[in-house]
Amino acid sequence: MNPEITQWDRFLDSFFKLEVMAKYLPSIIDGFLLTCHLALLVVVTGLTLGLFLAIVRAYEFWLTSWLIAVFADVMRALPPLVFILLLYFGLPAVGISMSGYVVTWLTLALVLAAFSEEIFRAGILATPKGQWEAARSTGLNFGRTLAYVIMPQAIRMTVPPLTNRTIAITKNTALGTVVGVGEILNAATTAQSFSGNASPLVMGALGYLILFVPVVIFGRWVETRFAWQKQ
Amino acid sequence: MAGKPLLDVRALYKSFGKLEVLKGVDLAVAEKELVFVIGPSGSGKSTLLRCCNRLEEPSDGAIYVDGEEITAKLADLNAIRRGIGMVFQSFNLYPHMTAEGNVMLALRKVLKQPKAEARERALAALERVGLSDKADSYPNQLSGGQQQRVAIARALALEPKMVLFDEPTSALDPELVGSVLEVMRSLREAGMTMLVVSHEMRFARDAADRVVFMDGGNIVEQGPPEAIFGNPQHPRTRDFVSQIAR
Repeated sequence: MNPEITQWDRFLDSFFKLEVMAKYLPSIIDGFLLTCHLALLVVVTGLTLGLFLAIVRAYEFWLTSWLIAVFADVMRALPPLVFILLLYFGLPAVGISMSGYVVTWLTLALVLAAFSEEIFRAGILATPKGQWEAARSTGLNFGRTLAYVIMPQAIRMTVPPLTNRTIAITKNTALGTVVGVGEILNAATTAQSFSGNASPLVMGALGYLILFVPVVIFGRWVETRFAWQKQ
Repeated sequence: MAGKPLLDVRALYKSFGKLEVLKGVDLAVAEKELVFVIGPSGSGKSTLLRCCNRLEEPSDGAIYVDGEEITAKLADLNAIRRGIGMVFQSFNLYPHMTAEGNVMLALRKVLKQPKAEARERALAALERVGLSDKADSYPNQLSGGQQQRVAIARALALEPKMVLFDEPTSALDPELVGSVLEVMRSLREAGMTMLVVSHEMRFARDAADRVVFMDGGNIVEQGPPEAIFGNPQHPRTRDFVSQIAR
């Protein structure tokens, strides 16, 4: 027999064994759905909080600005896995216990809020000063200028970095596996250890691709949609 | 100058850190007057203009608009600015809004006009600057001259008592300057009070009531355009006028 074909067969048997795949497909699908709504929840709450913080910071009250800056720096510096473990295994000691799902959601939402706050803030600061002046010269107050003139421009500028960051953070839903969240990776590794075969991991990887490739494409579409020629 | 001035600047000082840009400027502009401010760069003319709606915060002195002290501590800045239009060198149109949207924003959000009324007024303002056919165009679809005229319409729509022009044609290609000056000329004919920082000497000569020459943070000389351009008294004015005449 040709040894190359044997290796190829072995490869197929390890990573693409159809009966294993068929058997564990339902649990992978469950994990996929759980990842979907966890990711959606993280994106919606994280970006909303980030936008809110950036707007509060734009008002430049020293105390709120300082608090937000500290929050953003800490959450950006800390590996999310550390924060997840801290919340999940540390907080019960002081009588607060949250499910793995809640801990993962909270951690990733806060991390995304921290990063997106910085990105939105950069967008606000990058909007030309003349835009503020023009709006204020017509009698618009600070808040309305921010709402109607500055933010629409700032948000457009921030779409590319924001999309990248959002995808990067959302992928971290896989970290939930360490605190027992039954998301894709958890379902895949469980199936892998039951079956002694790596095929479920391949299915997991495919699950992530199915979930995130459209997001990447959507991000690119949003980028072109929101771009306009610089004056 | 007859009657009470519409704009009255008294002993205005402005410093940026250690740099003193305005050193006690006094300037009065009467209703319906068109006053040109000229001077070398760094003379403080733009700063003076920007103090008049407090885009720049004066360090000392007082400014009255229509008898109201706009430099007062408790002055309602937004209400004051509503009454003073401003046109910028770089137009500063909102790029995410159409021409009509640019003009309508303050009508809707400051004057709280209903949409239909605001639109009607915005179109009337665009008509005044000859751009009613561009109402639905975005700024990047307009030429520089058209953008500046939209910016003028944006200021006019609020029916201000006066309009400040900060080098309105400096960023324009020469062939586009004329259309903007034409609009300014029509405003003058309609009796708008205008304070203009600009180097458009020919326009100043035949449209301005008065030309103010600034240098080093002070008003050096002022008078009718014929006097300033034709027979300047102060050596620094003479220097400047001869340089820009070239």
